[in-house]
Amino acid sequence: MTASKEEVLDRQVDGRPAPLLEARHLTRVFGHGKTAVRAVDDVSFTLGRQEVVTIVGESGSGKSTLARMVLRLLDPTSGTIHLDGRDVTRLRGKALRTYWQEVQAVFQDPFSSFNQFFTVRRLLRRSLRLTGATTDEAGEALIAQALEHVGLTPAEVLDKWPHQLSGGQRQRVMIARALMLRPRLLVADEATSMLDASLRANILNVLTDARQAYDMTILFITHDIGQACYVSDRVLVMCQGKLVEQGPVDEVIFSPRHDYTRRLLADVPRLHAVS
Amino acid sequence: MSDATSEVLLRARGLRAAYSVDAGEVVAVDDVSLEVRKGEVLGVAGESGCGKSTLAAVLSLTARPPLFVQAGELEVEGRRLDLGPDTSPPRTWRGEVVSLLPQGAMNSLNPTVRIRDFVVDIVRAHQPKAKRDEAIDRARERLEQLDLPRCVLDCYPHQLSGGMKQRVVTVVSALLDPRLLIADEPTSALDVSSQRVLIEMLKEMLARDIIGSVIFVTHDLPVLNTIADRIAIMYAGQIAEVGATREVIDRPRHPYSAALLSSVLVPEPAIRRRRVTGIPGSPPSLLNPPSGCRFHPRCSLASETCRTEAPPRAGDERRYSRCWWASRHPDQTVEVTA
Repeated sequence: MTASKEEVLDRQVDGRPAPLLEARHLTRVFGHGKTAVRAVDDVSFTLGRQEVVTIVGESGSGKSTLARMVLRLLDPTSGTIHLDGRDVTRLRGKALRTYWQEVQAVFQDPFSSFNQFFTVRRLLRRSLRLTGATTDEAGEALIAQALEHVGLTPAEVLDKWPHQLSGGQRQRVMIARALMLRPRLLVADEATSMLDASLRANILNVLTDARQAYDMTILFITHDIGQACYVSDRVLVMCQGKLVEQGPVDEVIFSPRHDYTRRLLADVPRLHAVS
Repeated sequence: MSDATSEVLLRARGLRAAYSVDAGEVVAVDDVSLEVRKGEVLGVAGESGCGKSTLAAVLSLTARPPLFVQAGELEVEGRRLDLGPDTSPPRTWRGEVVSLLPQGAMNSLNPTVRIRDFVVDIVRAHQPKAKRDEAIDRARERLEQLDLPRCVLDCYPHQLSGGMKQRVVTVVSALLDPRLLIADEPTSALDVSSQRVLIEMLKEMLARDIIGSVIFVTHDLPVLNTIADRIAIMYAGQIAEVGATREVIDRPRHPYSAALLSSVLVPEPAIRRRRVTGIPGSPPSLLNPPSGCRFHPRCSLASETCRTEAPPRAGDERRYSRCWWASRHPDQTVEVTA
């Protein structure tokens, strides 16, 4: 699972593709002196190609800080991030914009991620600037394709205002916006937490189907272990800024080794008694 | 928790409430009747827009325009209250007879004052002559009873974690010993560990008779499984099914309950082997609800009758399903894909 340093840097060792993203000893400290908080503390992990990896942990465990560093919205205090073997930790300016074509995000709140004065069409058009689409037709085709992929009919939603869409539709537009850029990595930070259970499964299916269609890796962040269990290949468990356990779902969720993971699982409300 | 002999604490009959909008009126609670026994926790579940928060507002007497209560009758421990367009509920009911634990309790505290000053404000709003120290003492005593740190009284809201804020708001909403606490999505913004702590605290408050009964509104069925004695499933402003928690979860008698149950994602090995599809379609607009049974456009068991005629109530007051299929198939269960 965890490849050594040399393996990761060379793209193909033993015929095995190197991971898409590798984070090494990532640390982020907020504040300084006595009040310093190590929100993320020496975290290392890799994301394989077309893999769905979920970070779980309680509020304040550093999940979102980690996501923001991967998205390069926040600079790490120390540590490095490699995408495709390339060091992206200190990218600036134009290089960073290119990075954002490759790494996209869907956030938690489908209500505040929209500019309420823009129609869906205008919102999606603005993102087109990051893509290579040069002509209007090519751009429109890209938008239509992405919307259809998330199960929306372009003709129905393009001219709508955000307040005319339901929460599930908004979140789908946000996913379509990210897909349009054909990112290699999609970071979904609690992307389904505010949706109904009946819709949640739907959006998760849209995400996991997209990884094959778009050759995409997904980093999913949630505190809901049920969702993590449904979508992921691998799970990383965070507690107080540290990565306490990681591995395939079957191992981490069904036979956890770390005390914290066990406690977390014991707190999960269930529908039926655990056998 | 409550047996057949325990007394009824709340009886609500024929509740009807509507939002008045430009296009007409949206009846978000349409002829809802409920019964809650003393010491009982009734869970109310359903999708967004099914009217569950509106029901919470009606029951807690906090309906505000554009929401208007049109009809209904509440009876709490023998005290009766008629609700209607022209009646305004007595002040003495709010906070003492019924109290609301609001949705998004994170934003329910005043960010510019310490918790103890907030507590004084709350108590004085109901008992204008209450002394400052008495109010603070009452809150302190309550925090000690529930094993919460006393020092939260000296904190500003931003100094507390999300879970702690929610617990503080819960304590404050029960400060006047309400007989019925209406909790509107109290756990939805919390992680599982804080959820468990809050639920244990609510159970403790029930055991100490700080609150008489709880109506717990949520969209999260697994959470209800850990706290509710009975569950009411709401759909499009009406109650689709009611019953004891285990009954509704293990033997649902309404296709909508079964559909909700099969879209729940729980960490069990079976969930990884199947594709969860959710419920096809979306909840109806309450501006023009569908004819007949309101669930029929999304229902896999719908028949011709369901399209035209409102479904009958199959079962008695404490365990029923409002469904044509259930009335034709007594004692049968709608299968849950799991």
